[in-house]
Amino acid sequence: MQTITTVVIGAGHAGLAMSKYLGDRSIEHVVLERGEVANTWKTERWDSLRLLTPNWQSRLPGYAYEGDEPDGYRDMPETIALIERYADLVAAPVQTQTRVTCVEKNATGYRVSTTRGEWQCRSVVMASGAFNKASVPAFADQLPASIAMLTPTTYRNPGQLEQGGVLVVGAAATGLQLAREIHLSGRPVTLSIGEHTRVPRRYRGRDIQWWMDKTGRHDESFEQVDDIVRARKVPSFQLIGSAEHEIIDLNALRDIGIRQIGRFVGMQNGKGLFAGSLHNLCDLADLKMNRLLDAIDAWITDNGLDQAVEPPRRFPPTQVDPSPPLCIDFHTSDIRTVLWATGFRPDYSWLKVPVFDHKGQIRHNGGVIEDAPGLYVMGLPFLRRRKSTLLDGAGDDARELSGHLLSYLQG
Amino acid sequence: MNMETGNSIDNGVNVDALVGARSALTDAPEAARFTWRATCEWKNGTHTYSTVEKFFGLGGEQQHKTRFGFDADHPEIFASEDNGATPVEYVLVGLASCLTGGIATIAQYRNIQLRSVIATVEGDMDLQGILGIDSDVRNGYDGIRVSYKIDADASDDDIRALVAQSQKRSAVYDMLTSPTNVTVVVE
Repeated sequence: MQTITTVVIGAGHAGLAMSKYLGDRSIEHVVLERGEVANTWKTERWDSLRLLTPNWQSRLPGYAYEGDEPDGYRDMPETIALIERYADLVAAPVQTQTRVTCVEKNATGYRVSTTRGEWQCRSVVMASGAFNKASVPAFADQLPASIAMLTPTTYRNPGQLEQGGVLVVGAAATGLQLAREIHLSGRPVTLSIGEHTRVPRRYRGRDIQWWMDKTGRHDESFEQVDDIVRARKVPSFQLIGSAEHEIIDLNALRDIGIRQIGRFVGMQNGKGLFAGSLHNLCDLADLKMNRLLDAIDAWITDNGLDQAVEPPRRFPPTQVDPSPPLCIDFHTSDIRTVLWATGFRPDYSWLKVPVFDHKGQIRHNGGVIEDAPGLYVMGLPFLRRRKSTLLDGAGDDARELSGHLLSYLQG
Repeated sequence: MNMETGNSIDNGVNVDALVGARSALTDAPEAARFTWRATCEWKNGTHTYSTVEKFFGLGGEQQHKTRFGFDADHPEIFASEDNGATPVEYVLVGLASCLTGGIATIAQYRNIQLRSVIATVEGDMDLQGILGIDSDVRNGYDGIRVSYKIDADASDDDIRALVAQSQKRSAVYDMLTSPTNVTVVVE
């Protein structure tokens, strides 16, 4: 058993940013990593994925982008290289190939068991990510065995899929990106659409993320926002990071021939059932996008920048078929594969401290787990601010949480 | 009077009570389990008389202020006596009243004064389904359209957002757009 002040779990950008601040505050710590630095990016993401935030926005404590493509979007090798360089830059004490198997509370703090020994510590920061497991609805096991099923953590590229139709379920960034590349590979895609968040890639000459940053929306605090429970469940922006800065939305997918149907709500006798509420979901997303654009326009006017940027515009409403199909018979349809892009969830199966609510989620107050003093969590949606899950969000959260952690230690 | 903002928007909805109920039920999810009930008695021909009075919720038996009764029948063109609305029309009534009540509630919450809200609902049905003429035709509506005329102190987009949010939170809209398990037994 080794003894240390703080154990950080996960050597992605969040764990490394935390390590940087713990080091600055002279808090002795180790960063335990189940695989290699940036493991999720290396092993659990599809080939074509690029970050949804521009390069200039990949800011970490003590690091800012210095390349010559500030408006580009990192692909996976570039993202991995960034995180590896950052680990070296901050000289993070990372112990790789060390999977945490159990975190328990005891008289002096926490005992962290791993595949490579045990640690006794006073505090633990869980930075293992919010996107460890693909969420798949319970009725997925009622699909006929002849249908192949994939999730974004097992999907790599269209070459993995049989020829024939593909049902992509989910219309956040992941679902839209995968629907498009699979459809363009010659496998006709049907897209099942639930609640989604539509935004243009660029607006008034700037990246939408630039406006989110400048107008302060990314920095909005969990204590300011109206309904934090709801804010934490908002689906990711419908975006793709590409050299052309193109818009990926339901209209763009419709234009290339992707068939669009409502939310996948259940299975009955081998038939998939889809909700008849697609029109309203699209209306909601259009209205919400326009409210965001209104807010950006107002900010531009308030700051006297109307002449400095492109004029305002509005995008065409989402086109929806008058009567999208409500049912797919998987025994007779051409669909060979179902890809569940229905979200991700964190994996805290190793956490044996009673800090979960009735839905199995960690109860926390901006990352501070009040039921278990000394225990902290990072990287969850809207943990402390809207940008908490972004690379760019780890720095501020780590600074504040490490400050809280220091006060706790000095207690 | 909205206590939070101190302004005088009044759609007759007690938002503070609703916000209080939401908060209380978040902490006590078991009290949020409700069971709604109706009884229906056959009269003659296709004429039935239904009543609603009691329901279960907030952990106990509850009761309306009075017992409500509903005659249902079919029109004379079906050789019925037309003693009441058809059951499928009651479904339209349920949908429209659910959405409209929701609009008033959300408007109150968003500080929007309503002056008038009128919904027109139409459901399309091919009788070849219920008459068993063509087994490819479903029994129920193959489409329902709701059209709102709303006069309120709000922009067009704000009014559209009210109507969209009301659909998002409506029980009847959910039941009609997503499948529901229905179990019928004989005692």
